This record gives sequence, C-alpha cells and structure tokens, in this order.
Amino acid sequence: MAHKRREMLVDPLVDNNPITLQVLGICSALAVTSSLQVAFVMSIAVIFVTGFSSMFISMIRNQIPGSIRIIVQMVVIASLVILVDQLLKAVAFEISKTLSVVVGLIITNCIVMGRAEAFAMKNPPIESFIDGVGNGLGYGLILMLVGVIRELFGAGSLFGITILETVNNGGWYVPNGMLLLPPSAFFIIGLIIWAFRTWKPAQVEEREYKIQSVEAH
Amino acid sequence: MEELLSLAVKAIFVENLALSFFLGMCTFIAVSKKISTAIGLGISVMIVQAITVPANNLILNYLLAPGALSWAGFSDVDLTFLGLISYIGVIAALVQILEMVLDKYFPPLYNALGVFLPLITVNCAILGGSLFMVERSYDFAESVTYGISSGFGWALAITAMAGVREKLKYSDIPDGLQGLGITFITAGLMAMAFMSFSGVKL
Repeated sequence: MAHKRREMLVDPLVDNNPITLQVLGICSALAVTSSLQVAFVMSIAVIFVTGFSSMFISMIRNQIPGSIRIIVQMVVIASLVILVDQLLKAVAFEISKTLSVVVGLIITNCIVMGRAEAFAMKNPPIESFIDGVGNGLGYGLILMLVGVIRELFGAGSLFGITILETVNNGGWYVPNGMLLLPPSAFFIIGLIIWAFRTWKPAQVEEREYKIQSVEAH
Repeated sequence: MEELLSLAVKAIFVENLALSFFLGMCTFIAVSKKISTAIGLGISVMIVQAITVPANNLILNYLLAPGALSWAGFSDVDLTFLGLISYIGVIAALVQILEMVLDKYFPPLYNALGVFLPLITVNCAILGGSLFMVERSYDFAESVTYGISSGFGWALAITAMAGVREKLKYSDIPDGLQGLGITFITAGLMAMAFMSFSGVKL
C-alpha cells in the first residue's frame, strides 16, 4: 500500500505529467514563469488547491448527485482558491499583484477539475489527496523548470539574486531579452516536451501521415 | 466612441487573450486540429464572452463592490471577496441557459455548437475576461465592447492556429516533437507575430 501511494506521488512527475502529456493547465504555466519567485508561489498555490480539493470532493463523493457534480466541484475549488487569493493578498501583496488574475484562474485550471473528475470521485480521501498533490507537483516541476530557464538566461538571476552579472551592471553576460517576453514560454515548453519524449519514447504521438519514398517505375 | 474602438482593437490584437495572456490554452491546443471545429468553438466563446463579461460587470457594480448594496440598506458592506465564486457561478449558469435556449429556439445552431458549449465553462479565457474587467474597472459600455472584442480575438487566434495545423500534419517532424511539441512552437511563432501589433493605437 505504501509503495502504491509513493508511486501515485511520483508517477505524475515525468511518466504521466499533467502538462506535457495530458495537456492540462497550460494557461498559467505559460503566464507566470518569467520570474522564478512568482512561479514558485504559483506552484505552491496549485499544489495546495489540487491536494485539498481532491480530498474534500472525495470525502463528499457519495453524497453528490451525478447531475450537478460539476457545480459542486466548482464550488469546492472556488472556495479554496478564494482562500489562497485572500492569503496571498494578506502576506505577499507584491507577488499577488504580479500574479494578478492568474490566481483566480486556478479555478478553471483543468488539472484541478481533471483530477477531481477522474480520480477523486472514485477513490477514498487520502489517496485522492496524494494524487492531487502528485499532479500539483508535476505541474510545479515544469513551472520551475521553465522559470529557471527564463529568469537565468533572460535576466541573469535566480529568485532575484544575480547569478550571471549582466552587461548593464558592468558584468559580462548579455541577457536574452526575448526570454522575458510571452512567446518564449511556448518555445521552452515545446522543447521540454521534445526532451521528455526523446527520453521516454512511449509518449511519442502517432503520425497522421507517414512520409514514404515512392519507387519510380 | 473612439475610446471604445481603441479598446476593441487593443483587445483583439495587442492584448490577445490566447496569444499574449495564454488564456484558454487547453482548448486552444486540444480543439485546433480542424478549421471547421475551431471556428465553431471560436464563435461559441465569442457569444459567451459577450454575455458573461457585461453580466459580471452588473453583478460587481450592484451586488459586490463596496457600498454597492446601499439600495438594500447595507451601505457599508464589501463583498468583493465573493467575486471569484460569483463569476464562475454566473458563467456556469449562463452557459447552461444558453445551451437550453439554443436547443429550443435555434436547433441548427445548437447542433453546430452543442459539443463545445459545456467545454466553455472551464475555458479560462471566459473567467479571465471577467477578471480583467474587474481589475481594469471597466464601466458597462466598456465591458460590452471588451467582451465582444476579446472573444473575437480568441476566435481569430484559434482559427489561424487550426489553419496552420491542417497544413502542418503533412510535414516531416522529428518523432519527439510530433503533435504537442510542434504545436507549442507554432503557437510561440504566432505569439511573436501578434507582438508586432503592440505599437498599434487608434
């Protein structure tokens, strides 16, 4: 049992990553990664919400009528997100300003809904909690990875601490400004997916059209 | 009037919901394989956005904002913390109502859009539109304009994306990049193209 639980926590990190494989929760993954600190706060928030929403939904899963389950799940998720939002505004106002609407958008983050619908509705609370945290961690992993690349090469720092001294401050590193702009997030996630799939070829998608050489007669 | 026009151009091109704020990405990636389905989804998003943003604007101004309840005798009540849950409730309810109305009065349209409507509740572009409306404190006229034009911008982006992907499936792509990977990179290139609108002002 303990082994199975550990697997549930580790499995979504690479083998079944919500972002690179299940294509869930991409919106915020792209929007908040230009600085590592923001990405870190966002990951924590998502892990918290997926974990607890899965647990609470799983606790009441036998009382929810099937026809209105989406609304019930929505209410549970929205209440947790409000909690996170108010908490951030109280203790880290600056970061909550940079995150702006993204915290609210955790409600429509497909990972949270997806895990509630696919796992928590059928499994007991503790397993659901672990599964939610695992998927939140898988999401956080990609977020941190993208955040590290974008902040290190885009601004020469990590968590706001200078690592590569930029030319403007008298150092040697010429920052790649494009990494701080939105389109770079798409490229980096695309390349991360490429790397993951080269490492685990089982995740490669089928081709719709095969290119074949035609013999000349 | 001019202000509204400039707001519309800004919402469609410069601050495109899909390509510069990355909203509605899940559906943007998942439902952009064919142009016809992409257009169907784009139109549904536009309709829902055009209704929900103004509706949420009214809810904010007459129920939630500090002092908004003064007509009911509670002049110092501030309910803004209930914002998120009310907006998502309004969106879910409106999508449901829209589905029923279309089913009853416009069956051809319902059959064309039917599959996409439930998807829209969890599309972050819709909730994002309402949250931006709150954050930038638009008034009613502005929120109508913003709703329609931001929905149109999203529809434009997903249609263009589907057009690219229809051609892309014939090309020889490295195995690991096949499917999701190349879609992301295409979206990145499109986002760069849309960035060139950033100087446009009316």
